[in-house]
Amino acid sequence: MTGHDVVFVLVGLLTAGGAVLTVTSKNLMHAALFFAVTLGGIAGVFLPLAADFLALVQIVVYVGAVAVLFMFGLMLTRAPIGREALDGQNRGLAMAVAGGLFVVLSTLVIGAFGDLPTAEVTGPRIDDLGIAIFADWVLPFEVLSMLLLAALIGAIVLARRETGESGEELTVTRIEMAQDRDPDALEREQAALTSGSGGDGEEHA
Amino acid sequence: MSNFEQWGTLAIFVIVGCLLYAVIMTVNRIMRPSVPSPQKLTTYECGVEALGVGWAQTNIRYYIFAFLFVIFDVEAIFLFPWAVIIGDLDATTRISPVFALVAMFLFIGTLLEGLAYAWKKGVLTWD
Repeated sequence: MTGHDVVFVLVGLLTAGGAVLTVTSKNLMHAALFFAVTLGGIAGVFLPLAADFLALVQIVVYVGAVAVLFMFGLMLTRAPIGREALDGQNRGLAMAVAGGLFVVLSTLVIGAFGDLPTAEVTGPRIDDLGIAIFADWVLPFEVLSMLLLAALIGAIVLARRETGESGEELTVTRIEMAQDRDPDALEREQAALTSGSGGDGEEHA
Repeated sequence: MSNFEQWGTLAIFVIVGCLLYAVIMTVNRIMRPSVPSPQKLTTYECGVEALGVGWAQTNIRYYIFAFLFVIFDVEAIFLFPWAVIIGDLDATTRISPVFALVAMFLFIGTLLEGLAYAWKKGVLTWD
C-alpha cells in the first residue's frame, strides 16, 4: 500500500458513504447535500490518479454548479412538501438492480484490466491540456460555446415571464406582530392557507 | 508524484483546520454553563415572531441566475488551461499567442452574446 492507495481507499470510502446516504436520506435537502459530498469525493478520487485538472473541474462544475442547480430544482418543485418523509415503494427491487449492476460492472472492469501491469501515474500537465485544446481541438472548443449559448437561451425562453406576471403569485411567509391581531384571525388565515385559497396576490413588504 | 505531495500539504491544512474547530467547540462545551429553556429555541429571542413554515417554493426567476452561474462556471474552467499556456506562447510553439487569444475571445464573446440576450429580455432585472 503506497500513499496513493491509502488516499484512494479513504476517499473512495467517503464517496461510497456519501452515495449510500444520498439514497437512504429521508430529507430531500439532506439527500442533495450528501450528493454534493459524493461529487466532492469523486474529485478526491481523481487526485491520486494525477488528474489534477479533472479534480478541479469536478469541484468547480459539479460540486459548485450542478449541486446548486439541484438545490434550485428542489426548491422550485418539491419544496412545498416540506419535511415529508421520503420512502420508495420499490426499495428491494432498487437494491437488487443496483447490486446486480455493481457485480456486472466490477466483473467487467476486473476482467478487462485486472491483469495489466501497473505503472506510476503521471497525468498530463495542465499546459499540455491547454496546448491540446487550442492546437488540435479548437473547433470543438468553439462549438462548445455555441452549445452553452443554446442551453442558456433555451433556459431563458423556458423560465422567463412573458409579461412580468404570468404565474400565480406565491404564498409569502408573512411576519406580523402577534399582539396586533386577535388569535381567531390567525387561525382563520392558517386554514385559508392550508386549503389552498391563499395566493391572492397580497404581499406585505 | 510531487504534485500529489503538494495536495498532501493541502490535506494537512484541512485536517488541522477541522481538528482546531473540534477542539474549540469541545472546550466550549465543557466550560460553558448549560441552562436550556424553550425560549432559546425560538427563531428570534427578541423581535417579531415568524408565522408559517420556512418551506416555500422559490420563484422560478432565481433559476436563471443559477443557470447563468453554471454556464459561466464552465467558461471559467476553460480559462484555466488557457491562462496557463498563454504566457508561454511565441513563434516557436505550435500555436501563436494571437491565435489562442482570438480563440478564447471568440469563446467568451459567444457566451457574452447569451448574457446580452438575457439582459435584453429583462431576466436580469427584478421589477
